[in-house]
Amino acid sequence: MWDYTEKVKDHFLNPRNVGEVENPDGLGEVGSLACGDALRLSFKLDEQKRIKEVKFKTFGCASAIASSSALTEMIKGMTLEEAERVTNQDIADYLGGLPEEKMHCSVMGREALESAIANYRGQKVVKEDFEIICKCFGVTDREIIKAIRENDLKTVEQVTYYTKAGGGCAQCHPKIESIIEQVRKEMEKEGLTPKPEKKKLTNIQKIKLIEETLGREIVPALKADGGDIDLIDVDGNKVYVALRGKCSFCPSSEFTLKQYVESKLKEFVSDDLVVEEVKP
Amino acid sequence: MKTVYVDNNATTQVAPEVIEAMLPYFSEYYGNPSSMHFFGGQVQKKVNEAREKVADFLGAEPSEIVFTSCGTESDNAAIFGTLDSYPEKRHLITSRVEHPAVMNVSSFLSRKGYRTSEIAVDREGRLDLDELREAITDQTAIVSIMYANNETGVIFPVETIGEIVKSNGIPFHTDAVQAAGKIPLNLKKSTIDLLSISGHKLHAPKGIGVLYIRKGTKFSPFMIGGHQEKGRRGGTENVPYIIGLGKACELAKKHLEDENTRVKALRDYLESKILEKIPNTLVNGDRSNRLPNTVSVSFEYVEGESILLLLSDLGICASSGSACTSGSLEPSHVLRAMGVPFTAAHGSIRFSLSIYNTKEEMDYIIEHLPPIIQRLRDISPFWKDYLKSQGKG
Repeated sequence: MWDYTEKVKDHFLNPRNVGEVENPDGLGEVGSLACGDALRLSFKLDEQKRIKEVKFKTFGCASAIASSSALTEMIKGMTLEEAERVTNQDIADYLGGLPEEKMHCSVMGREALESAIANYRGQKVVKEDFEIICKCFGVTDREIIKAIRENDLKTVEQVTYYTKAGGGCAQCHPKIESIIEQVRKEMEKEGLTPKPEKKKLTNIQKIKLIEETLGREIVPALKADGGDIDLIDVDGNKVYVALRGKCSFCPSSEFTLKQYVESKLKEFVSDDLVVEEVKP
Repeated sequence: MKTVYVDNNATTQVAPEVIEAMLPYFSEYYGNPSSMHFFGGQVQKKVNEAREKVADFLGAEPSEIVFTSCGTESDNAAIFGTLDSYPEKRHLITSRVEHPAVMNVSSFLSRKGYRTSEIAVDREGRLDLDELREAITDQTAIVSIMYANNETGVIFPVETIGEIVKSNGIPFHTDAVQAAGKIPLNLKKSTIDLLSISGHKLHAPKGIGVLYIRKGTKFSPFMIGGHQEKGRRGGTENVPYIIGLGKACELAKKHLEDENTRVKALRDYLESKILEKIPNTLVNGDRSNRLPNTVSVSFEYVEGESILLLLSDLGICASSGSACTSGSLEPSHVLRAMGVPFTAAHGSIRFSLSIYNTKEEMDYIIEHLPPIIQRLRDISPFWKDYLKSQGKG
């Protein structure tokens, strides 16, 4: 029997937001009957472009239903930009964790969200643009690479747990292995292979903490000098910010960023953060 | 919460009579049957009595009974013990719906350079006997095909299979773990050379099995050690469990009729009510050739693990051939071999009864299962699509 957390059981037994939004702004569908799980996610935005209503329908096991239910609760009230930053790990964390073999359920949630947002923007996630690595479950290289990067995966078994790739006939295992090798090399170059953190923050927690720290520790000081700072993005341990006002052309802005902003973020958020400036 | 246990193909309740029979052999009678003194000798006598009971149950000679640790060991011993006796032969035949204890031995041997053939089944789970006939060569060392399938309960025509196999002078092994205690077995008039059974499927405890080896069958021991079991299986006899299995076989013989009348009627009642109350439900496997206690049903557009957990929440214990329950990602190899469509394979549930089940328990399941399926279908994106396609949505 799976060791599901109470939160998984609760979201399975009392799923939130079941159904389909009428005339949705965005509609995403992933999975299939053949694959054993599928998720249909639909949402509607309010005037502020925040997710006002979001519903799901899921075919799958308890953790697939719970992950879908959790996702809808998490993204309600978010802007699409915020929702986009939700990772599968955030979904798993929200549920108090998932058995590793079931992580693909959280990945399915993230993929459905991605597909629904793309649908809203009139884009299409075209599978044909990517190479299908696992023929049994139709998993592309893009999905595998994304899962490796976002979840710091190291083995074929882990890739199977997170994406289902390699869970059928096993013929693609050598291919998955070489993808892992390649991606991990790239990650190492980018400095993304993790040093042990003080405490592991989920991306959402990290982003919230960065925003709070900027607002409390940094913005007031910059404003006093006629400047300002905006958080643009967070990718792994990289924090992208843009300096505004007087700061944007101040010759000592480089110094400001590295010495001041970065040290504050290291102190209050996580000591592996690197701050990068995005030029307008 | 009450427990309704209908997962008896997974394991069974140990009969109270069996426990009672075993207990003295943990405390008072702890002697080693091989010892020369009276203290071991009296235990040896009881082990022999148990062997006679097992033999009587199977219609075999006591000398043909070898005690093992479980069904899996029996299967391994039968195959490896035969291959070792025919080192020049490098081919074995099994079916595509075997238990992992045979299936994974076959793939292990395939990696070791053996040629292996797996006979296909049809949509009803029936074996393709022509394919079997064609697969046999003079290189074939052993044919191992199960007596009855654990997931669907479909019974194979083992005597016909045995005739085909024996007419080619090849040893025939059958995994009868699911058949023993559910349908009558008589090895006296049989084409079977080797047969495996497992104690915990017939109300004995886990950790005891039997390999029947017909007199005159070539066999090398799989478990190499002392002279126990006439040199066919080393290791000090697991006395309390052997005593327990003897008792369980005695009871199973007595209960065989109850199994094939009352238990069968309960199963049929459960099956017909499920089909009547829940639309888009199908039974997996040949209903006319099936163990009396087993029914495998598929509920379209829902997933098995979800059903099991909701049943479990009400105290109902069943199992599923769905992918998610096993930790693998594909539905059971048995349902795939049968070509059960994906709409149904992921939503399969097996109910397997025993003599301890009652009509009240069946009614409890029948009361609670339909709302569970409806609830999951309401969540499933495919159910509404299906209703729409039927003009009902």
